[in-house]
Amino acid sequence: MNLASLEKTCRAVRRDIINLTADAASGHPGGSLSAVEILTVLYFDQMNIDPENPAKEDRDRFVLSKGHAAPALYGVLAERGYFDKSQFKSFRKINGMLQGHPDCKRCPGVEASTGSLGQGVSIAVGMALGSKLQDKGAKIYTLLGDGELQEGQVWEAAMAAAHYKLDNLTVIIDHNGLQIDGSNDQVMSLGNISDKFKAFGFEVIEVDGNDMQAVSDAFHVPVSGKPKCVLAHTVKGKGVSYMENQAGWHGKGPNEEERQAALKELED
Amino acid sequence: MSEKKAIRVAYGEALAELGAVNDKIVALDADLSHSTMTHKFADKFPKRFFNAGIAEANMVDMAAGLASMGYIPFVSTFAIFGTGRAYEQVRNGCAYSGFNVKFAFSHAGITLGEDGGSHQSIEDISLMRVIPGMTIVVPCDANETKRAVKALADMTGPAYLRMARLPSIVFDEEMPFQLGKANVLRQGSDAVIFACGIMVHEALEAAKTLKEQGMSVEVVNVHTIKPIDRETILASAKKCGKVVTVEEHSIIGGLGDAVADVLIGNGDFKFKKIGVNDRFGQSGTPAALLEEYGLTAKHIAEAVKNL
Repeated sequence: MNLASLEKTCRAVRRDIINLTADAASGHPGGSLSAVEILTVLYFDQMNIDPENPAKEDRDRFVLSKGHAAPALYGVLAERGYFDKSQFKSFRKINGMLQGHPDCKRCPGVEASTGSLGQGVSIAVGMALGSKLQDKGAKIYTLLGDGELQEGQVWEAAMAAAHYKLDNLTVIIDHNGLQIDGSNDQVMSLGNISDKFKAFGFEVIEVDGNDMQAVSDAFHVPVSGKPKCVLAHTVKGKGVSYMENQAGWHGKGPNEEERQAALKELED
Repeated sequence: MSEKKAIRVAYGEALAELGAVNDKIVALDADLSHSTMTHKFADKFPKRFFNAGIAEANMVDMAAGLASMGYIPFVSTFAIFGTGRAYEQVRNGCAYSGFNVKFAFSHAGITLGEDGGSHQSIEDISLMRVIPGMTIVVPCDANETKRAVKALADMTGPAYLRMARLPSIVFDEEMPFQLGKANVLRQGSDAVIFACGIMVHEALEAAKTLKEQGMSVEVVNVHTIKPIDRETILASAKKCGKVVTVEEHSIIGGLGDAVADVLIGNGDFKFKKIGVNDRFGQSGTPAALLEEYGLTAKHIAEAVKNL
């Protein structure tokens, strides 16, 4: 893993997120910025994928269960070469390829349409079951928000992942501590997330989710006979000073002045 | 028309037969495999059967994931849970993504019987009809169920197979089955009854009674509710003028409304929907429930005469 090069990619993805949400005057910059390092490691280092052949049969799969972080996914997919950045102008626009939440029927590289929280992780469990049947070695990754853990379906999926011993599945939690109405603890306490996943039968690895080396190391920890959970501690709005740790930047786009200030901070 | 067999039993047999010739078929259930009869598949193909436990939402989305990997999942539970509790998973996880998932839900309608209103699904056809791209089949007997299972496996896209619990009449005739093509079972000219599921038999009995009273009644088995067979429905309705629909489902949003949608703006018809009249079910024997809710041949014949 070439860290210097990937850090440059992360800055580019962050600029993409700012431009996408500023142009659309809507979207979810906070929870997109927190997930940039995780997605960059996945798409530029970890996963067996081919942007020239997005349907490659033995490819690894990624499901963005926290579908509102679509700007981060679109940024990474474009930087990785799945589509041209000229598509960015279609984000959240009528008949656009880049829907407000990812749509697998429209956008190459998107494996499942997500956005309704709690569902992507179950879809990923189904993919992991399918991968075991296929026996081509495809690994399945899914990214959840921490607020998303309040959905009961997440725990149904967790039970199934452990029951079926899905050691080809990695569930990543983007734990930035904030959701729309405030902090996780104000809205609905999550308790000890690590202990919860351990109790459900996961191998849990806690890391700084904005540290690419740490994230990559977590992906490489071997597991056998049980699914893996990477509990990634992140900063909501990471990389843009006025957005960092602000719940208010969950679901609104920056204005022109804010865009320019953000892009200045994200220059190479 | 002598033998009786439950539609869900035919489903279990058909799925197991299909599994033997198509290794892409997988089945999921939520701890009801001996009621939905998916255990017949599970017994033969344990590696391709996934019990989700009592967790319907997760089950439906797991099916989406399996479909995305190239498999053809048949997902089974009771209709009330599959189309009710897991509705948004059917809608967003499967249909919106365009995944090739088959929803084969049993114990639909009031003839589920003694378990009562909490378990009797009377709104499932309506819920599934409004989902874009959803195919809906309500087979009338065991033979039609077997043909429907094969047809649904052969088509690509989300589909709902609605099945009743109780043993029901198996028709002697080998009826043709083509998705989206309604079957005219009995020709007539004074009135037409469009029916689906186990109500097809009641409709035929009503037509026989009316024949003895000098009325010529056409009976059409509308096994595919969506896409609906506009051509056959319009032709029969125009020929007869009087139209009655019969379904073991709410009169809101089901077969009756699907037929009404075809007829609107296409002529003058006398029209009557027979179904569960905007009320919940309750405990009772299937026969007592059909009587209480007005879904017997006698009720249908009355309605046709009074139209």
